[in-house]
Amino acid sequence: MLGPAKPRRKFILVSATLSLVACTGWSVGNQFGFAAEIPKLVADIDAQFDAAWEEASVVPSKSATDGEWCRRLYLDLLGRIPTLEELQSFLATRSRDKRTNLVDRLLSEEYAEEFAEHWSMVWLNLLIGRDTNSGNRRWIDRDGLREYLQESFSANKPYDVLAEELITATGNNRPGEEEFNGAVNFLTGKLSDNAVDATVSTSRIFLGMRVECTQCHNHPFNDWKQSQFWQLNAYFRQARPLRRYREGELNSVYLMDEDFLGEGGNSPDDAEVYFEMRNGRLQVAYPVFVDGQALENHSGRISQVNRRQELAKLIVSSEYLSQAVVNRLWRHFLGRGFVTPVDDMGPHNPPVLPDIFASLNEAFVRQSYDLKFLMRTIVLGKPYSLSSIAHRRNAEDDPDTGSPPLFSRFYARPMDAEQLYASLLVATHADRAIQRSDRRDDAQRDWLARFTREFDSNDDQPPTVFEGTIPQTLMLMNGGLMRQATSLREGSFLYQVAKRNNLDAMEMIDRLYLAALARRATKPEKQIAEALYREHNGKMEKVLQDMWWAILNSNEFLFIH
Amino acid sequence: MTNFINWGGSRRHFLSHLAGAATWAASSSHFVSALRASAPRLQNEEKSAILLWMGGGPSTIDMWDLKPDAPTGGPFRPISTTGDIQICEHLPRLAQQMHRLSVIRSLSTREADHQRGLYYMKTGFVPNPSVQHPSYGAVVSHELAPTRENLAIPPFVSVGGGSVGAGFLGMSHAPFVVQSNGRVRNLQANADRESLARRMAALELIETQFARQNRGRGPLEHGQVLSKTWEFMTSQQMAAFRLDSESPAVRERYGNTGFGNGCLLARRLVEAGVPFVEVNFSGWDTHANNFTALENKLPEMDQAMSALVEDLAQRGRWEQTAVLWLGEFGRTPRINGNAGRDHWATAWSAVAGGAGIQGGTTVGSTNKDGTAVDSESYGAEDLMASILHALEVPLTTVHKSLSGRPMKIANGGQPIPGLFS
Repeated sequence: MLGPAKPRRKFILVSATLSLVACTGWSVGNQFGFAAEIPKLVADIDAQFDAAWEEASVVPSKSATDGEWCRRLYLDLLGRIPTLEELQSFLATRSRDKRTNLVDRLLSEEYAEEFAEHWSMVWLNLLIGRDTNSGNRRWIDRDGLREYLQESFSANKPYDVLAEELITATGNNRPGEEEFNGAVNFLTGKLSDNAVDATVSTSRIFLGMRVECTQCHNHPFNDWKQSQFWQLNAYFRQARPLRRYREGELNSVYLMDEDFLGEGGNSPDDAEVYFEMRNGRLQVAYPVFVDGQALENHSGRISQVNRRQELAKLIVSSEYLSQAVVNRLWRHFLGRGFVTPVDDMGPHNPPVLPDIFASLNEAFVRQSYDLKFLMRTIVLGKPYSLSSIAHRRNAEDDPDTGSPPLFSRFYARPMDAEQLYASLLVATHADRAIQRSDRRDDAQRDWLARFTREFDSNDDQPPTVFEGTIPQTLMLMNGGLMRQATSLREGSFLYQVAKRNNLDAMEMIDRLYLAALARRATKPEKQIAEALYREHNGKMEKVLQDMWWAILNSNEFLFIH
Repeated sequence: MTNFINWGGSRRHFLSHLAGAATWAASSSHFVSALRASAPRLQNEEKSAILLWMGGGPSTIDMWDLKPDAPTGGPFRPISTTGDIQICEHLPRLAQQMHRLSVIRSLSTREADHQRGLYYMKTGFVPNPSVQHPSYGAVVSHELAPTRENLAIPPFVSVGGGSVGAGFLGMSHAPFVVQSNGRVRNLQANADRESLARRMAALELIETQFARQNRGRGPLEHGQVLSKTWEFMTSQQMAAFRLDSESPAVRERYGNTGFGNGCLLARRLVEAGVPFVEVNFSGWDTHANNFTALENKLPEMDQAMSALVEDLAQRGRWEQTAVLWLGEFGRTPRINGNAGRDHWATAWSAVAGGAGIQGGTTVGSTNKDGTAVDSESYGAEDLMASILHALEVPLTTVHKSLSGRPMKIANGGQPIPGLFS
């Protein structure tokens, strides 16, 4: 399968660079000279923020402490808190460029595997949802898609290539099978029911647009028409998932494109889609992109035109592609997007700070959709460096109360389930007992499934609102993971702290706070530890267990701030 | 040190040892509610609903709307009941309760797929990729929880299985899932009561310190959930989950089965003030050997459901408690080659009673062989509106989806006239 010329060429360039990367350990950015561009771009965007704050008579919060900043960076880039060693090494660094250096390090080969693992989870949830029990699960191979995403993120595949591959993928969905292509799993579960889900997800994820309301009627708020939904839908009608059986059992799904004869059955050279309007009348639709560009060839024959490939070409050359992902990534790091909700962009819902948004978009496209470039630009900027504590002069900058975000402080937000699980493991070494990596995967899957029951990824929900429930809180307080975390068996984090005989009691307490919260204990916290020490008649292990339990169940641990 | 009965006691004990207690003891406003002695209160005057959910699509034509004269009517015979209505011979105990229950025989819906049918019947809306609609329990929880200030148990409990969630009404109205034996996951702390109280005190300090630093709504809301969880763990209302406190005779009467325990648990939860309880009873997808399967399942259902209705009435809660028996659709009048019946949404039945819903009658009717409704037909919206009406929830209520779209409660359905006099 050959894709359109433009992105293909770019990917070959990048692939060539990657072989260099493997030898030198340099980032792609350095190869292209991106590194030189970033400080200028960051300074330029920071200046625009300063101006915006001044205009809004808002004074930004103070800088976050090094500990806070380091903690959020690990959480957002790698999906976990830093280990005690990683944190201490950062805090001990005196260099003026220490923050830039840490960003470079986390994006380098040293952390490539973890980086790819984290971002493949983020995209896995976005592309097929968290719900592993949904009705269409038999059509999807989660591990297959995960494998594809991991490879893509460790190669820092340009985003337009990633998008194109996911939209046009053909092949077998299951790892190990002939013609395996994990990317097909984005669509294999979305093609029943006339590919309505494929239409909805593709437009939400890659265009940042909601077309689904117009499936049944014209959009009440913007100019979307019902016909536009079905015109977009018509691009997916050649896609066909085939079930492959082995010994009577469903083994895998093979996604291919085949001739679409049209719903009227008149002629495959005029392959149309019909939809029912509200007044009950049937209307016909042919492929037309969201910007009005129509596919001139109405043929449903693959030999004439491959509709998914035509759609992918339109998507990767449209401005929506970069806008949607820049907005989504900005929200990933800053808690709010320029446009909220992230998948409802358009003239009816304009971005806040449009000039800044445009600068980022322009730079991202200029740098050939390099995701690491975009991430680096965002995390090195001033908004990401600010404290999450509001003060008198920026108290009104609070999107929770409905005001448009100005990013004059870092909006504290709860970790997602995956970040929480990974962070609990970092802070407790609770997984060290599990030797085999497949068992570790099972343990993770099991915990996440129980923690996220009834809790699917939902783009509508601003991530700053705490969604915890009683069952989740009970699971954290009393569940098996917390029992392991507070155990003193050999190898646990607590055991390591308790058995280091060169530490005094308060140094031990400080180590707990640093490991989990990236700060030392406050005076009242030390007083409570002292009181516990008396309660436990000097048994320090008991004090450590109580304090550790309290720290790991606190909002300060559960939030990115 | 003696036993610490409640958090209040152990906290004070702990505080007395604290040199710096004064610096933070006053700060914990959102924990105060957790400290309130929460005496269990019977809320007889307040309304609740119980949904008996028959997962898989029950064959209502063999239970509530028999067609003995049709060639596809099947082998079961109708029997008379205490109401003006006949039901299946395999439901003899329920026959004695039918003066309290009514059968809606004129449901006609369009969703005959399990997933879609479940979603539609439980929310009143057809599935839509852009909105997650709240289910019955979440809607009732949202409307009635504010009237149950002292309720420590989550307002929407789902017994013996999952449910459709709270959708745009938010996680605090999500179903709290328990097993039918009343077991609550992760309720047992890893520490004794005394240590737990100490740990809570340390947690309270970290929690309030952070929440008071002006970091927005999220950290504060976490404290509220923590406080609710603590209240739940330590509340005397937790006794409602302990089925073993019922006499063997009572448990026997409900049948000591999964569904029997679920019904008994529902009664106890409703008496504790829980506004919505769902009891799941699955295995109704009888594509093969429909009649043998029903002969096995109906006695379990008959015993549990009749005991529930009778108990609620005898214990004075019938007038406050709406009971709805429902599945995702009915089954074909046609009997297939495997002596089974397939999915049929065009004409089927549900059963309702309590909380002012009329008993002993039928609403609507189907044709000779049960393939179609021959009276005015109703859907999930009307059924939901009827239950909400019985609970005195105003049907003019409009919720807002997360994207700001107005959503009429029960999707704008209206109470089914025949259910109310």
